[in-house]
Amino acid sequence: MVNQVHRRVLTGTHFMMGNFAVVEGALAAGCDFFAGYPITPANEISEQMAQRMADVGGAFLQGEDELCSIYAVTGAALAGAKAMTATASAGYNYMQEGIEYAVSGEIPCVIVDVQRCRGENYATQADIMQARWGAAGDHEMIVLAPSSVQELFDHTIRAFNLAEKYRTPVIVLSETTIALMRENLIIPEPDKIEVINRVKPSVPPAQFVPYAAEADGVPPLPNFGDGYRILHSINPHGEDGDIHWKPEVFDRLYQRITNKINAHYDDIVRTEAFYLDDAKIGLIAYGSECRPALEAVEQARAKGQKVGLLKLSTVWPVPEREIKALAQQCDLIFAVEMNIGKYAGEIERVCGGACEVVRITKNRGLIHTTGEILEGLELKLGVSLR
Amino acid sequence: MAEVLNPLRKYLRQDSLPHFFCAGCGAAQVLNFFVQAADAVNLDFDNLVAIGGVGCTARIPVYLNADSMHGIHGRTLPWATGIKLHNPKLKVVIFAGDGDAAAIGGNHLIHAARRNLDVTMIVVNNLTFGMTGGQVAPTTLRGLKSTTTPYGNLEESFDMCKLVVAAGGTYVARVSTFQPRLAVNALKKALNHKGFSFVEVISQCPTYFGRKALGSGQGVVAVKWIKEQSVTLKDSAELSLEQLDNKFVMGTFADITRPVYLGGSIFPMEEE
Repeated sequence: MVNQVHRRVLTGTHFMMGNFAVVEGALAAGCDFFAGYPITPANEISEQMAQRMADVGGAFLQGEDELCSIYAVTGAALAGAKAMTATASAGYNYMQEGIEYAVSGEIPCVIVDVQRCRGENYATQADIMQARWGAAGDHEMIVLAPSSVQELFDHTIRAFNLAEKYRTPVIVLSETTIALMRENLIIPEPDKIEVINRVKPSVPPAQFVPYAAEADGVPPLPNFGDGYRILHSINPHGEDGDIHWKPEVFDRLYQRITNKINAHYDDIVRTEAFYLDDAKIGLIAYGSECRPALEAVEQARAKGQKVGLLKLSTVWPVPEREIKALAQQCDLIFAVEMNIGKYAGEIERVCGGACEVVRITKNRGLIHTTGEILEGLELKLGVSLR
Repeated sequence: MAEVLNPLRKYLRQDSLPHFFCAGCGAAQVLNFFVQAADAVNLDFDNLVAIGGVGCTARIPVYLNADSMHGIHGRTLPWATGIKLHNPKLKVVIFAGDGDAAAIGGNHLIHAARRNLDVTMIVVNNLTFGMTGGQVAPTTLRGLKSTTTPYGNLEESFDMCKLVVAAGGTYVARVSTFQPRLAVNALKKALNHKGFSFVEVISQCPTYFGRKALGSGQGVVAVKWIKEQSVTLKDSAELSLEQLDNKFVMGTFADITRPVYLGGSIFPMEEE
């Protein structure tokens, strides 16, 4: 018996914690399987999921560790579930192994990483590179970086949609700051929420070639038990799914699973521009750092500086076109982030000398204050902005 | 003349043979035992998910004509847990080596048994890491040589059946490649069992275990050695702990029922 009393989509205006917004976003996207292992500051996601999965007839598992959680998610996903796990940095380390399987096996699922400082629950963006490069083997990753409670809800829905569309794991890169913050959240009517489901085979099992993808590079995916009898192996596999030890097979597989992401840049990459129309100085930020960065831009504008902000909602793949365009437009770019300066390297690479890049970085367990970012601008520009 | 096919050939993928197991390997025998048992219990291969991790045994599902998963060491049971919680009607059978089950996947093993997860786990215990070249395993008997115990193994070996019984497994049996009929019977019982069924098959790896520990690369030597090291559960009752040292006790260690785990929902999906 499935309880029909509780609604899947909690349409309305809420004052909600970020971790809970992730849960409601997942449910709105159709999530019906969650597995997790206790870790602060992601615990509220598990606790709320235990209740909400029961409400809507989904499955909840508290795994014996993060490995159990990520693999239960991939197993359930192949059985037909829309599955998610949530963890924090130390637990995210463990999950890389399962994410590698999800990448190479092309298994749609969502992983939420609430970034925290090593061993402590202070604010950081230090997992930005692990989110991209943590898994072994050649791969592309889709990583979304929300900056508010509303965006935790919106990006979680988007993560499920991208996972289903491209048959790949998608990372929601949350942070202590926004995960434990309470803000207004508006949940739309269910019919106003776009929900994408994976494409199933259109031919019977005898004619189905498991990894012979359509032009978009994404092979249809039947559920376990549908009669298609597919081998899902991490080992290099041919279009038939069988393990092959041929260089051409390796090449075709890796080309396809990376190209299916890269070829859909326009669909996957999202950025937001603030005050960039006439800007000569650009700030680039992602996640919660967009909040003080935007305030700093507005205060510098009030002091007459032609400064703007490029907010990266998708951090991987890198929004190269938007960053390049900004480099051509501006005389100076400030890379703002809450770590020792990791993504700044990507920004420097993309700018390729077209524009000077100055780093405003901080890793003290605290988000940048607006004043600190303004101070960074002042040091370089030699003007007073406060 | 029409081509005559083994009646069990239909359970294997069309283009999968010849298999990659060494001559004399016990894992290939277990593949044979499994399809015999599956045939006897009329297992529906459209509803079967066969899972292997990494290693020689983990290749068994690659040959089975079913939905199958392969390629991550030790994580067979977490996959199975996710599958069963989402769709309890699927039949899940796991093929794990002793490294997969008792070394890297040991934590998952005790928790799957504790939950009484409704899956069948077949562990091919060849007492070594065969695919990687014959290193010592948690199941290698004390004193035996391997490529990483050149002076003999100093550690005690795991009794996986005892472990699974203690953790809560509800059908637990140990058989060997020396007694195929007993092995097929145990697999039939396991496949018909509701709950966590665990069959350990003591098996031979002539290529590495045989050469390093027994001084012979011949399968038959290793199989005879398994026979000599084995006592039945019934006979074991008469033997002292010293007499049972480094022996394989063969038999059924648990065959009980208790509730299976269907997930954390307070409204679990209905059973068949």
